[in-house]
Amino acid sequence: MSGPRIAVVVFPGTWSERDFVDVAGLLGWQARLVWHTETSLGEADAVVLPGGFAHGDYLRTGAIARFSPVMAAVEAFATRGGPVLGSCNGFQILCEAGLLPGVLLRNDHLQFRCDWQWLRVEAPADCPAWLGTLGAGDLIRLPISHGEGRYFADEATLDELEASGRVALRYTDSAGRAAADANPNGSARAIAGITSPRGNVLGLMPHPERAAEPELGGTDGLAFFRSLAAWLVAQPAVAERRL
Amino acid sequence: MQWLAEVHVQLRPGIADPEGLTIAGGLHALGFEGVQGVRHGKLLQVTFEAADVDAARSAVGAMCRRLLANPVMEIATFELRAIGEPVDESRLA
Repeated sequence: MSGPRIAVVVFPGTWSERDFVDVAGLLGWQARLVWHTETSLGEADAVVLPGGFAHGDYLRTGAIARFSPVMAAVEAFATRGGPVLGSCNGFQILCEAGLLPGVLLRNDHLQFRCDWQWLRVEAPADCPAWLGTLGAGDLIRLPISHGEGRYFADEATLDELEASGRVALRYTDSAGRAAADANPNGSARAIAGITSPRGNVLGLMPHPERAAEPELGGTDGLAFFRSLAAWLVAQPAVAERRL
Repeated sequence: MQWLAEVHVQLRPGIADPEGLTIAGGLHALGFEGVQGVRHGKLLQVTFEAADVDAARSAVGAMCRRLLANPVMEIATFELRAIGEPVDESRLA
């Protein structure tokens, strides 16, 4: 079987799609850019919604993007259990589309924050497609780059996310403590990433695609890609389709 | 008939509004010591066609629910008027 095939969705204003394609190339994968007006994702094993400012983020982050024609295909793919990753603006779009609960609000300090950030992996077993090669409690370091990353949902939703293992990543300091000063945007319960009920959709504010080469400061982001590759191999349906 | 809806979108009460806090700080710095709080929001002016006031109100309500506000974090209220005619205020449930 050749490498995984990923569809990377591009909206007007998306800016991280080339980084995902670049990492896919490093790994020998096939990546296809899918323009937001397309109605099919083509033959894809996984879908990525990259970071940026889709449609200028006018009105609200992701508010216009969720109505782009391609989103019906993304929703159908997610409903079938296909792995979907939304990073940064992609996370915001997944929330607006209702594929993930909650919203991302303006950072509590109002600054655009571009930095390296420590994260604690919370429930990798519940998100095997994207976190399967990581262990619960693992600390990873990824770049963040956003002005509106303050995760918010009502208390009942937050409790439900915690209870069902859907909090995937939390902002911490280098010792793994979710201290207030390690939270870069004021997110509720220091949440940096969450998953859908089936665990196939992961939304996170950090950028795994920007931490895939030592020259760029770190390679912890590769774990997401390696997890996907391992997960795909273990799926009989995917393997059969690819024979 | 042509209508103008002025839609106000605000963060729900209780959700931290750092922009409002910052604006309040600016007012305090200018000497407006009596300012107790600022909540910031958006004003959207939508002009559109609808047969009558009921159709117009229903249309704006649908616009608010489907796109203009995200009910997870925001509340939308609107004022509606036939362009050139008196104001008819409405509030979303």
